[in-house]
Amino acid sequence: MAAGLTSETQEISGEELVAARTKKVGLAAAQDFPLLSRQSNGKPFRYLDNSATSQKPRAVIEAMSSYYGSFNANVHRGIYRIAQEATLEYEKAHDVVAQFIGGQAEEVIFTRGTTDSLNLLAFSLAKQLREGDEILLTEMEHHSNIVPWQQVAKERKAILKYIPVSEEGTLLMEKAREMITTKTRIVSVTHISNVLGSINPVQEVASLAHEVGALLIVDAAQSIPHMPIDVTNLGCDFLAFSGHKMLGPMGIGVLWGRKQLLEDLEPYQYGGDMIREVRFDGATWNDLPWKFEAGTPNVPGALGLMKAIEYLQDIGMENIQQHTSEVTKYAQEELQKIPGLVILGPARRGPLVAFTMAGIHPHDIAELLDKENIAIRAGHHCAMPLHKKLGLGGSTRASFSIYNTKEDVDALVLGLHHVRKVFQ
Amino acid sequence: MMQMMEELSARQEKTRKQDGQSKEPELIDRNELASAPLTEEQEIYKENILDHYKHPRNNSIPEHPHIVRHGHNPLCGDEMTIYGVVKTSTKAEEWSLSFTGHGCAISQAAASLLTEELQRKSSAEIKSWDEEKMMALLGIPISPVRRKCALLALKTVQQGVAVWHLK
Repeated sequence: MAAGLTSETQEISGEELVAARTKKVGLAAAQDFPLLSRQSNGKPFRYLDNSATSQKPRAVIEAMSSYYGSFNANVHRGIYRIAQEATLEYEKAHDVVAQFIGGQAEEVIFTRGTTDSLNLLAFSLAKQLREGDEILLTEMEHHSNIVPWQQVAKERKAILKYIPVSEEGTLLMEKAREMITTKTRIVSVTHISNVLGSINPVQEVASLAHEVGALLIVDAAQSIPHMPIDVTNLGCDFLAFSGHKMLGPMGIGVLWGRKQLLEDLEPYQYGGDMIREVRFDGATWNDLPWKFEAGTPNVPGALGLMKAIEYLQDIGMENIQQHTSEVTKYAQEELQKIPGLVILGPARRGPLVAFTMAGIHPHDIAELLDKENIAIRAGHHCAMPLHKKLGLGGSTRASFSIYNTKEDVDALVLGLHHVRKVFQ
Repeated sequence: MMQMMEELSARQEKTRKQDGQSKEPELIDRNELASAPLTEEQEIYKENILDHYKHPRNNSIPEHPHIVRHGHNPLCGDEMTIYGVVKTSTKAEEWSLSFTGHGCAISQAAASLLTEELQRKSSAEIKSWDEEKMMALLGIPISPVRRKCALLALKTVQQGVAVWHLK
């Protein structure tokens, strides 16, 4: 059939369009997140795996496709117009990130994500370590903040220690005070645990570390999408996070570091943008932050992340924290009522609730919830040592973002009652 | 476009309802909804599998096993130990199998079903089993991500028997 006016299509009135635009899911406009309208068997999609990755607003998707569609060029190289446009936008993304976390643009290094940021630090800081130096982590770290340090400790004959977690699931600060000594060179802690939800007292850990001349690294992967972050206020030396958990694209992340420290640090990778001058007998490094951005960078990723930050800022990080905290609190209250369900971690928490159900494996819970079009995470959430300490093979986790509502929690609770019925 | 508009409007309607519900949480009768029959999609948790999960067969440790083989899916947390006692005759070995373990319903039901199926079978017969035969024994749809759960028991039994023959 030729394209034209048929009875299958219909003109949308301006009024209807306005109504569609102003509809809300949680704090977001419903039409901003194309994926959330995805249904299965007529059941609305309940996306509750935001600690793993968040969904993307249309603005982010469009920012990336607009780069490829209208000014795709390599940055810091071309003299022609689109190369200059791409360079300006890419540099602006550094400014936007810096302003978002209260740092300076030259302190913002784009990486592939939190894991990449932490690997960069582990690799580059390793060169400053001597035998017997101590690296301090916590028992609630993600594998990405354990394994790089294990490798560094092995290579440099440094000693790796873990600040223990209390029964309640909080960091044992009296232990931290004992364990942070003049031997400690690096302290690397997660801001919000991706399993327990605990919000760690980073400022207090920072002062303990700085008293003995150690560096403090903060893994902000879970906290940056959830709450306002200011690096000066936190008192950290380095901050690592990913774009994709904060409505941005995958494959882009940030390492922020204090300027003086970054200047003293050896580069992580060599080649491309990180070089100032190469001779046959050596090379010199570019200025910050380019010194740490070897090769052609992920420009569309950076532009997508910039757009995600602008989107978050439009809503306001305080509002986001208030909204997701309310949904999380409601989830805690409702989940607790389910017989046999045990919530992991303390009452005061970030935007996630991990739990176990007596006699039911997390994968079975996840598979049955999927039939209800509810997406949650099941397993060890890349925190095997923590689960082992808790005596668990895994857990089930619901995690929330700006577009989640109490209605999503109701659907989850209903789904879990169904799971219980199947297994009773 | 129209469909999108309808979906959006249904969404908004639900959001409105939800706002009302937060004040009156008893609007949903959870017990009634939770006792609805299983849909076809939930076939995977059909009675037979759940029965083997809740009441595993051959769930014991023999006194003098010839095989004690531990199988583990670290990513899932599925774990099991397979025990085998062999009776050798002129014709062939005859295995008596049992297991202990914990993990998801699929992995544990698979061990229960398999130890039952392979009772008094020979090494040759045990070795002849392939993945498809195991899937057929389970008789439920297994998604790609759950195949590891479904195959752990078979893999562990077969490796146990293979190692015993090497001794």
